[in-house]
Amino acid sequence: MNEIVIETQNLTKRYGEIVAVDGLNLKIRAGEVFGILGPNGSGKTTTILMLLGLTEPTDGWARVLGFDPMRQPLEVKSRVGYLPDQVGFYDELTARENLLYTAKLNGLSRPVAQRRIKDSLERMGLKDVADRRVGTFSRGMRQRLGVAEILLKHPQVIILDEPTLGLDPEAAREFLQIIRALKEEKITVLLSSHLLHQVQAVCDRVGLFSQGKIVLEGTVVELARQVLGGAYRVQLRAVGPDLTQALQKIPGVVNVKALDASVYQVEAQDDMRAEVARVAVQAGAKLLALGLEEPSLDEVYTRYFQDLSPGPSPKEGGEPSPFPHWEGDQRVRSLKG
Amino acid sequence: MITKPAREGSPWRGLWAVVAKEMADHLTSVRMGILEAIVLLTAAVTLYMALQNLPSGSGEFLFLRLFTISRDPLPAFVGFLGFLVPLIAIALGFDSINGEFNRRTLSRVLAQPIYRDALLLGKFLAGLFTLALVLTAIWLMIIGLGIFRLGVPPTGEEVARGLLFLLATIAYGGIWLGLAMVFSVRFRQPATAALAAISVWLFFTVFWGMLIGLIAQGLARGVAGQIQLEIFLARLSPHTLYVESILAILNPEVRALGPLLILQFLQLQGWGVRAPLPLSQSLLLVWPQLTGLIAGTIVLFAIGYVLFQRQEIRA
Repeated sequence: MNEIVIETQNLTKRYGEIVAVDGLNLKIRAGEVFGILGPNGSGKTTTILMLLGLTEPTDGWARVLGFDPMRQPLEVKSRVGYLPDQVGFYDELTARENLLYTAKLNGLSRPVAQRRIKDSLERMGLKDVADRRVGTFSRGMRQRLGVAEILLKHPQVIILDEPTLGLDPEAAREFLQIIRALKEEKITVLLSSHLLHQVQAVCDRVGLFSQGKIVLEGTVVELARQVLGGAYRVQLRAVGPDLTQALQKIPGVVNVKALDASVYQVEAQDDMRAEVARVAVQAGAKLLALGLEEPSLDEVYTRYFQDLSPGPSPKEGGEPSPFPHWEGDQRVRSLKG
Repeated sequence: MITKPAREGSPWRGLWAVVAKEMADHLTSVRMGILEAIVLLTAAVTLYMALQNLPSGSGEFLFLRLFTISRDPLPAFVGFLGFLVPLIAIALGFDSINGEFNRRTLSRVLAQPIYRDALLLGKFLAGLFTLALVLTAIWLMIIGLGIFRLGVPPTGEEVARGLLFLLATIAYGGIWLGLAMVFSVRFRQPATAALAAISVWLFFTVFWGMLIGLIAQGLARGVAGQIQLEIFLARLSPHTLYVESILAILNPEVRALGPLLILQFLQLQGWGVRAPLPLSQSLLLVWPQLTGLIAGTIVLFAIGYVLFQRQEIRA
């Protein structure tokens, strides 16, 4: 089993009345790509800042690579690369000068720094613009420069906060390639993002944040099983008699929906294509198409938060909530438990 | 509640990297270029005036007079420094922290293995060193041109007094740099911070002098009490402290410090004996003022430090 790289126990951060992170328990193993998802204000960035020792937890503790970020922040920060959301650089300096400053702050000697800067700029495809002022860089280039800065440190853990926000699709796709490459190097990556299909594309496990808690955690398939019921969906196109009843009877099928007169959607806990086809043919229908839809994180997310939002607020006591939209607290707990 | 354990690692790690980077920024910035040009121009003009008006034959402390001699309508070089130094110091500090916020570089820099202490002190020291560098260069220029024009080298005491004057000026700048940095931590907008710092400066250089008369009149009983209160209130202003200290440092004849009117009165009465004090006595005279300036700088830095440590990094 891989060792645990990031661990938090009852990690809590309050800003006065507002609870930003609420008793968070998290375990991330070495070499894992862990995605954290959640609406704005759900505590993702605060959690990251606490892991880096940039913000003090109100309660609980965290360990990063075995170090306490509150007591040994320098140890943590010299081993962890952090790319903040909307990373900024000194516009009047060149890319190389910006990285040189970071290298100096990391205590690298000049020859080592220069070699590593050259390598990381090359790797991020910024070699040709190394001596251009960062002020002239596009957003995608800045983001890549941010990764180059992280690589400079030869980190064991990389934390990326909304790295693809505001990137064009091509740049975002490139960025995912970069994350995959990091994974190949056995670097642990913690990725926070809104862009669900991207998270799905690169992450081994996902944690869904809501109101400062992880309400769901696991692989995408596991989440889909929890939230959507069936993790697998079979799309069936068949002309003939109504198949809803017959399909429902197959063991392992969770739900059958007739989307159209001839199109059915079967939700199941397993890949049931063979059984579905057999049942359809036996019932005398003409089978036209059969497909398996992989569970999408997008759907999990939408469904999960849709389930939370309707209905009057179950909260009592009338204290003002900082996130009026998310006053589904009670239901979060019931779903979790 | 969790107990707060001590943090590990040196708080000064990365300090000199910050100092070097910030100083390089200051020295290459357009902002500093403009200010340097103004100071240089001031120095050249006042030096020219001073050389023209140097009383002939008065051999003693000729070099110190280069700083203090004025001719209407222009004030002496020290008079200019009284308001140019705060201006430079504020320009060096008003966007030091909030500028990092607005460029979104703060969280990136603090994610490096350094403490906030190093960043704040590094920026403060870089500002102070830059100020010291500019002032020292101009000081050397004035002395150098003085030697060239006067044809005699300065005496040891003149050099010592000149250096003290330089030190007092840097400490005076330190106060305004500290203030500007406090505002740069407190206010997110650099323009607000700059305006706040300039308001404080205007208040102390222009309005405070008018206000203390009114306050003292209202509060104190009797003329003596009123004057005492006035002196006390006036010395709350860094401007007064600076003017008083350079007055005594650059004029060895000065034997007492206080509101100008009283001094003039005393001098009219024959108190102002024109015998110069030795350096040690002059130093003793301005010791409270000098320590006041340095203490003010430290206090302001400490305020900025506390504010910055408590600040949340996220925008």
